[in-house]
Amino acid sequence: MLQVLINGIVLGSVYALIALGLTMVFSIMRVVNFAHGQMYMLGAFVVYYIYGQFEMPFWLALLASALVLGLVGVAFNRFFFQPVLANAKREENSMLMAVGTALLLENLALTVFGEKQRGVPQVLDGSFIFGDIAEGGAILTYPNAMVAVLAALFIVSLLLFVQYTRPGRALRAVAQDKEAARLQGVDVKATTTLGFAIGAALAGLAGGLLITVYGVNSGVGTNISTKAFIMIMIGGAGVTSGAIVGGILLGFAEAIGYDLLPGSLTYLLIFVAMIVFLIFKPNGLYGKPWG
Amino acid sequence: MNKRNLIRAAVLAALSPWVLLGSAHAEEVLKIGVNGVMSGEAASWGLVNKYCAETTADMYNAKGGVDIGGKKYKLEIVGLDDKNDPKVSVTNAEKLTSQGIKYIIGPNIDTTALAVKPVMERAKALHFPYAFAKELYKAPANASVLGMVASYQVGPIIYDYLKTKKGVKSIAFLARNESDAKNQQDEGVEAAKKLGLNVVAASDSYEPGTKDFMPVMTKVIRAKPDHIVLSGVAPADAPLLNRAARDLGFKGTISTETGQDSKILAQVAGDKAKGFMSVGGASTPEIQSDYMKEFITAYKKRVGEWNDEAGTKVYALELILAVLKKNPAAINDVEVFKKEMATFSMTNPFVKGGTTKLEFTGNADFGRRSQVGVPLVVNEFDGKEFKALFVGTIKN
Repeated sequence: MLQVLINGIVLGSVYALIALGLTMVFSIMRVVNFAHGQMYMLGAFVVYYIYGQFEMPFWLALLASALVLGLVGVAFNRFFFQPVLANAKREENSMLMAVGTALLLENLALTVFGEKQRGVPQVLDGSFIFGDIAEGGAILTYPNAMVAVLAALFIVSLLLFVQYTRPGRALRAVAQDKEAARLQGVDVKATTTLGFAIGAALAGLAGGLLITVYGVNSGVGTNISTKAFIMIMIGGAGVTSGAIVGGILLGFAEAIGYDLLPGSLTYLLIFVAMIVFLIFKPNGLYGKPWG
Repeated sequence: MNKRNLIRAAVLAALSPWVLLGSAHAEEVLKIGVNGVMSGEAASWGLVNKYCAETTADMYNAKGGVDIGGKKYKLEIVGLDDKNDPKVSVTNAEKLTSQGIKYIIGPNIDTTALAVKPVMERAKALHFPYAFAKELYKAPANASVLGMVASYQVGPIIYDYLKTKKGVKSIAFLARNESDAKNQQDEGVEAAKKLGLNVVAASDSYEPGTKDFMPVMTKVIRAKPDHIVLSGVAPADAPLLNRAARDLGFKGTISTETGQDSKILAQVAGDKAKGFMSVGGASTPEIQSDYMKEFITAYKKRVGEWNDEAGTKVYALELILAVLKKNPAAINDVEVFKKEMATFSMTNPFVKGGTTKLEFTGNADFGRRSQVGVPLVVNEFDGKEFKALFVGTIKN
């Protein structure tokens, strides 16, 4: 059971980090960024080249993945989403735009990076060993521990940023009510751009961090987006705490499900549970606007 | 130059590209289709098929084309992505056959290959799936030729080797949760039981797209197997599964019945994938001929880097062309091609030594020769690259 708990904590923290970026964009712009998984993939490739191929320090590569994806987020928001949101009469237009950008990024990645799975040298090697797995013991590898700790650190940093800084407060204000925020002197356009950039940077950071344990390939994005979408639906779209709780719940559901059930039933039951849950709680656990 | 000559020169200059283009059009073109998954996490399965066909085409076209019945044909590869979706695969097959294409390489999984079968039969075309469902290749089906070695052909050989040479007594199976992989898992379980192995995990699976394999592998390892079979595992998953097993302290052996790539294993799992057994192809250094080396160079030139998966996929187009060369009537009539399949034999150009035959096989499993007779190569990963464990042939 200890191994299941460890697996759940590692998966949950990783999933929470992935979901956080998606919910950030949704809260600010009311757009489900279907390209979130593809942004994760790009972040992973940034680390693959800087750390894996050019052999520069991992921390530098991780920082670069956040910066590069932040810039990609600014560009996407400025050139794709803002024009569509300014002119669109229907919400579906922004969703179609998001799907289009996801396909664009995935096909570009296939052309540029190829079809192969890629990996990088492990940042840390070794394990905390708590007895033999076959006899009920548990193992926590150093890379998994590092990923869980860093994911938690990034999540806490973001929460502190949105809670205690001026741009963070502006983000919350825009998420609550754009018009009211504008009347209070908030630059809504700049703030939404910042929100999109942070969302994309978080995706890049997650990808850059997780390539060290999972590797990456050009086609990984869709599955990441799907899981992130499940998490924010459980927690409540657009709510930070909801994304974190949704991520942790999915992580534990997966860890416990794979331990107790035949593998094919795990995700089937997760989806069934989600459908039943959404019938009774359509807005998710914390389904209200951010703040 | 007077005005009249100036006008003549201008008209000639304007017409010359069209004249040249006309002569280019006069050249015969042989189109070959590739229908398979070329996007998403399993993209490498279909893309490697396409790249192999394109590389073969490059090599022939560089020499002026392929000579069939005294006529030179330029090869043109038409590749379409089916996203592993049966509906898309059917649409692709219809598109390809409507262009008059008679020979199509792919698709990659049972569901897409089975969906496409009626289209092939209707269009009187022949396809070369990389899917293992026996109903594709057994009568009355008559439009599919298996492009590689099937899991149920290589699995029992690997398990027998493990039992007799490595002392394996218990075995666990873990599959990707897809119909092909689950079928491979069921067939593997049956084969292992027949050999007298103790199957300690028979139905565990993981969702496609899974990245953290610690949870599912924890359960498998708790069953205390001597050996773990990864059924239908994608090249992207294999290194992560190996790594998870080793991180959890598993000391036994691990194998799969699908083709893998050594560079991916080395990059993602490194030494943790040492001893991992998989199906190899013509690229295994111990057996590759000079022609295979040329192929690898041409592949790298086109794609940028080699993929060991391609070693299992070099055969289909080469064999199609060899049959067409032998009987040019097959170029527009797949019935002629099918008749040739029963007796066709050539020296395998990809294997060194010149004694290995390349022919159609499958009598033992399908009751007729509806399979490309690629050599049965089992590789072991040494932490950096594959080494051939043994090379055999499929029972015919």
